[in-house]
Amino acid sequence: MVKSKRKPVEEIKNSITDYSRILTVGCGGCASVCLAGGQREVNELNAELNVAFRADKQSKKLGSYTVERQCNMQFLIELDGKVKDYDCIVSMACGAGVQLMAERFPTVPVFPAVNTVSIGVDREIGMYEEKCRACGECVLAYTGGICPVTRCAKGVFNGPCGGTNRGKCEISQDIPCAWLDIYERLKSQNRLNDIMKLQEPMQWKNQVQRTTVQEPYEKRYYR
Amino acid sequence: MKAGSNLEKILRAGHFAFTGELGPPRGTSVEHVKEKAQYLVGHVDMVNITDNQTAMVRMSSWAASLIVKELGLEPNYQMVCRDRNRLAMQADILGAYAHGLRNILCLTGDHQQFGDHPNAKGVFDIDSMQLVAMVKKMRDEGKFLSGEEIHDPPKFFIGAAANPFADPFEWRIHRLAKKVEAGCDFIQTQCVYNMKKMREYIKMANDMGLTEKTYILAGITPMKSIGMAKYMKSKVPGIEVPDEVIKRLEGVDKKKVAEEGIKIACEQIEEFKEMKGVAGVHLMAIEWEHKVPEIAELAKVLPRPVVE
Repeated sequence: MVKSKRKPVEEIKNSITDYSRILTVGCGGCASVCLAGGQREVNELNAELNVAFRADKQSKKLGSYTVERQCNMQFLIELDGKVKDYDCIVSMACGAGVQLMAERFPTVPVFPAVNTVSIGVDREIGMYEEKCRACGECVLAYTGGICPVTRCAKGVFNGPCGGTNRGKCEISQDIPCAWLDIYERLKSQNRLNDIMKLQEPMQWKNQVQRTTVQEPYEKRYYR
Repeated sequence: MKAGSNLEKILRAGHFAFTGELGPPRGTSVEHVKEKAQYLVGHVDMVNITDNQTAMVRMSSWAASLIVKELGLEPNYQMVCRDRNRLAMQADILGAYAHGLRNILCLTGDHQQFGDHPNAKGVFDIDSMQLVAMVKKMRDEGKFLSGEEIHDPPKFFIGAAANPFADPFEWRIHRLAKKVEAGCDFIQTQCVYNMKKMREYIKMANDMGLTEKTYILAGITPMKSIGMAKYMKSKVPGIEVPDEVIKRLEGVDKKKVAEEGIKIACEQIEEFKEMKGVAGVHLMAIEWEHKVPEIAELAKVLPRPVVE
């Protein structure tokens, strides 16, 4: 899922300081799962903002609400009645949610409360690891289920490079070498042939905004 | 002849090649380049001009290559994948060839986090292996990576790097095979200190027929001090310095450590001259250019052959 991390309260406060009625909206999807922007984090953020504004002797009305997901317009409809009572919205969703919110309420300023970090997995509670860069040309089939685009610092497709350093990446002894891991996994599966041949240059797809239409729906959208 | 560079002529004639290295300045001084280059003229067959080495901004490789070329020294134009996408790379390859450069060394490049702009966006559009294949395609098929035709294609003698010492050792030879398949004409290896491993690596390269398809130049960097040896051993990724080398440096008078370092390098060069599958050595006397004439003399690689 999409992993995000909340921005420092000061940054959020600076972006909304000119408004007096603020609606903080949480997201029950990924942002909630990674403990960055669910209802609990909405309450925490508002409490922090309250303290911060009070210290500046500013009086604000801070509202809170959390929708199922901010990345689907259907879930934003329920905000229509509430938003009119506020001057701005603070969205705790990922970048996609923030943008759909801004699209839904084009006359109301919408501010992000989190930084969208990655597509990743849950390692421990509150600890997430990036796994995918959404390059749009998945190569995991020949790399033993280990992504060189995400994990290799130089994103090489014909690794491991000469910087492999005692099993780690040349840039840090804290980062395992992705290509060494790829090599070891393929070797254990007797699949080294998969990386014996030269991999052609990547045809990068993540260069313009992409719209995804599933095949059964192509007729509906592309006539 | 694929490119007709001096290095290519020397290698094809069967001579033992001797190449050097020069890092461009962090500024615009032509004098600085000339100062370093003067020690290399007549002592090496070709000099590598590094491309933002260790991810520090320097005068661009092609520009410094042109200065060096004017002095009668053949440059090896280095190009890394870190700073340019495929369009910029191909454009520079055309320009470099138009200005008379004939050798190119295709590298992935040190990660930008090592350098003076650690938060730069690393490009890495293609990797070094794909760069080799691209330069070959431009030369042999006269086509850009896209498949479009090139008018008067650039014909480079294509080099690449190989590190016999990085993990996993048993994979290294296959990676070399991939680079040969991609189309590299010559290989310059990482600095060699572990001769036992190097012998093993070259033997594998011979057995796999790789040394018939590419010229391998063994990388040599003489140790200047015990500190340098220890630093290389512990801090530089992918370099292996056996304890014997450090012990040997420690065993001589403090004032003679550098001399001993050069002596070790010369012994290595002597062994490489006799080693089947090694076509020459690449001397990386970084910030020690003035020592190159002395090292070349002691290594008995002078005078450099002239092949018409």
